Formats: sequence, C-alpha cells, structure tokens
Amino acid sequence: MERQAAYLRNALFDQGYLDEQFLQLEDLQDEANPHFVEEVVKLFYTDSVRLIQSIELTLKNTPWDFEKLDNIMHQFKGSSSSIGAKKVKKECSQFQEYCNVGNVEGCIREFQEVKQEHAALKRKLENYFQLAREAR
Amino acid sequence: MAQNCEFLPCLDSNEVHVLAVDDSLVDRKVIERLLRITSCKVTSVDSGRRALQYLGLHEEEEEEEEGSAIYNEIKVDLIITDYCMPGMTGFELLKKIKGSSAFRETPVVIMSSENVVARIDRCLEEGAKEFIVKPVKLSDVERLKSSMVGQARIQ
Repeated sequence: MERQAAYLRNALFDQGYLDEQFLQLEDLQDEANPHFVEEVVKLFYTDSVRLIQSIELTLKNTPWDFEKLDNIMHQFKGSSSSIGAKKVKKECSQFQEYCNVGNVEGCIREFQEVKQEHAALKRKLENYFQLAREAR
Repeated sequence: MAQNCEFLPCLDSNEVHVLAVDDSLVDRKVIERLLRITSCKVTSVDSGRRALQYLGLHEEEEEEEEGSAIYNEIKVDLIITDYCMPGMTGFELLKKIKGSSAFRETPVVIMSSENVVARIDRCLEEGAKEFIVKPVKLSDVERLKSSMVGQARIQ
C-alpha cells in the first residue's frame, strides 16, 4: 500500500502535474500536523470552484470583461502555484495571455483546458491521499 | 502538558509576532504554517483594511481603537503582506504603515507572484524590508526570522 502511494506520488511529479512547491508543503507536515498537505489541497479545491464559477459567470456577459477575467485567473494561478499544481498553473498563464490580447476563442478553449487539468489533478491527488492514509 | 494558547492572545514577549495579510485563503493557510513552524506567532487577515483595523490605524490619522494592537499593547514585530489585493494593495498598506508613528519602524515584507523589477524597487524605496517572490518557501521565512531575531538582540 505504501509502495503504491509512493509510486503514485512520484508519477505526479514525473508527469509534470506537481512541482517543487508541493515538496515544500510536504516538508511542513509533522506529527502534530500530519494532514497539512491534504488540508491545503482541499482548501484549494473549495476555493477554486468559486473562481471557476466566477469566470463562467463573467463569460456569460458580453462584451467580455477581459480585465475581470484576468484578475480572477490571476488569483487562480496564484493558489495553483502555492500548492505546486504545475499544469493547472501553466493553463492559467495561457488563459491570461489570451485575455491580454482579447482572443475570445483562445480564452474559451483555454478555459476548458484549465478545468480539465484542475479536475484531473483533483482525481489523482484524491487517489494519492486515500492510499497514503491507508498506508499509515 | 503545554497550555493551548491558540485562542488567547498570550504572546510571549520573546516570541516574534507576525501580522500576515493576504486575500488568498490558500496562501494564508500556507504562510500561517510557514510562520508557526519557525516559531512565530501569527495573526492573519484577508485585506489591507483589516490589517489597518487590527493595528488601530485609520485611513487618515491614528486613533487607538478598542480591540486593536495599539490599544491592547500587542506588539507586532513584522508585517508580511501580499502585493496584489483587491481594495488596498500591499504597496498602499506599506505606505500607510510607514506613514504612521506607531508602526513606521515595524519591518514590512511584500510578497508577490510577479517578479517585476520596477515593482520591487518601488516597494523597497517606500521602506519595505524585503520583497519575496511567491510561492513563499520555508527558507524565505527562516531567513526573515533569523534577521528579525538578530535585530531584537541588538535592541
């Protein structure tokens, strides 16, 4: 079980889902705070749902408020970066770039990518945390 | 058994007390942990406005307010703030703190995800002790803490 958890974790790094910041968070775990990383990740997912909804709402109003979209995505990118969510962060940056040049199609496409990476990482991390808990 | 001081403002006068300001829930949780793991006491707020309220500083003048740091004589050794926040930016908060007589000597550290030289220069010129590029690492906080302790000893 422990080996499975370790394997999953390493895969997340190897496949570029997570970066060094996740390691930083792991270093902050100790016996008194054994679930810190999981707590931060949970917080990220609750918080980012709100941001996604906010973007979706903003996309419904035309003409688009690119500045607002950029602001929301900036927040999203920030928290992704704080948990080491490498792919999510990259897609957020790409979205911001399309925003900055007012590329509507690019934004729509990129927003789908953001949501996909966001969901994919969630599934993988949930699996990993589950295994890690069972391994203890 | 150690007393659980989590809910009481029992600040050991030797402990470094940090006021952390960040509108991001995730970042607040991380900075709180980073500071606590380096043995700092942390008070965290989600905006510049709330930071000023906590410190007892008004927009224009200082007035001691019930429940504020000045009123309760709670010392704040360091203020660490995010740069990009809605309402009041970290830069604006920095200016207000440096413009106050009560807290102008308190070191203020700015955090930002954007590594923009002009922004960094502006903050340092306005009196920020340091500018940290996010995401904040344990080594950043450890470095800050040791520079604070060094200062305290000199005093």
